Amino acid sequence: MISSTIGIWNYWIVFCLMMIGLFLVIGRKNFLKKIVGLAIFQTSVFLLYITFGKIKGGTPPILNESIDTIYSNPLPHVLILTAIVVGVATTALGLSLVLRINSEYGSIEEDDVSSQDLLDYHDDIETGKNLGLKFKK
Amino acid sequence: MISELLINAFLVTIMLSIAIALIKTRTVIFTVILTSAYSLVAALMFITLDAVDVAFTEASVGAGISTILFLAAMAYLPKKEEESISSEVIPALSCIILGGILIWCSFDLPEIGQLTAPIHQHIAPEYIRGSKEDIGIPNIVTSVLASYRGYDTFGETIVVFTAGVAVLALLEKKNTTKKNKSQPKQEIRKNA
Repeated sequence: MISSTIGIWNYWIVFCLMMIGLFLVIGRKNFLKKIVGLAIFQTSVFLLYITFGKIKGGTPPILNESIDTIYSNPLPHVLILTAIVVGVATTALGLSLVLRINSEYGSIEEDDVSSQDLLDYHDDIETGKNLGLKFKK
Repeated sequence: MISELLINAFLVTIMLSIAIALIKTRTVIFTVILTSAYSLVAALMFITLDAVDVAFTEASVGAGISTILFLAAMAYLPKKEEESISSEVIPALSCIILGGILIWCSFDLPEIGQLTAPIHQHIAPEYIRGSKEDIGIPNIVTSVLASYRGYDTFGETIVVFTAGVAVLALLEKKNTTKKNKSQPKQEIRKNA
């Protein structure tokens, strides 16, 4: 009983971690926190993949001389190596977007940004500026 | 073998507490530090799960470079996170429901570490055999990464290059348009 509970305990925690990451992305209004949530989500998915590749009593997948060695599955490791580097690229892109938003709006809170957008839109309607352009699009 | 699983369970529990602390904190510097700690504990997890290559990549890239990027961006951003006006009940509820469904499904997953799990049957034994006989590199991960799945690595390089170009384009535009564009916007707002 205990062994089987521990056997899937990792999965449960990994799912909880994923959901915390997702909550940070969709629940928090701060853009930096959203990117942190994305990073948490990513790392949790990595953990899930690596957990799949584990074999009880296995060794890291580096060849040695003895014949009856069990190696853990190398394929998830390769996929995740690629994903880690891509993840950092995503983080860098997201952070530069946040910096750009901050320089344009002076805030990185979603509520502020969308209220300023709404204000601009009403200004445009009142002054008649850019109106044709908006409807054409 | 049970001790190995217990160490795993202990480490993931630490990760869970770090994640909960991340939800609670509203200071940006704590957020960055906690993210770095999260990556580092994840790297420890990878070592206990036999993924040594992934562990040192995560420790250097995930905990190192990401943290540097966050700190560099933090210098230009507000240091405190504002309490949001809108309620967080609906996002929290949907996350809990989705997590519940995932945990319910996890009873159908194979137990951790079983040799009979489907993932270990298909192509991995072929890679382990071929790494020695066809390619001759002792580190199987390297031979799969650079030889069997070389196109994946090529695609990864393209993605990183594209991201780099996009970051340059975004950050360069900041300097040129700042003076021209943001001034009139504020004037209109003052008039309104």
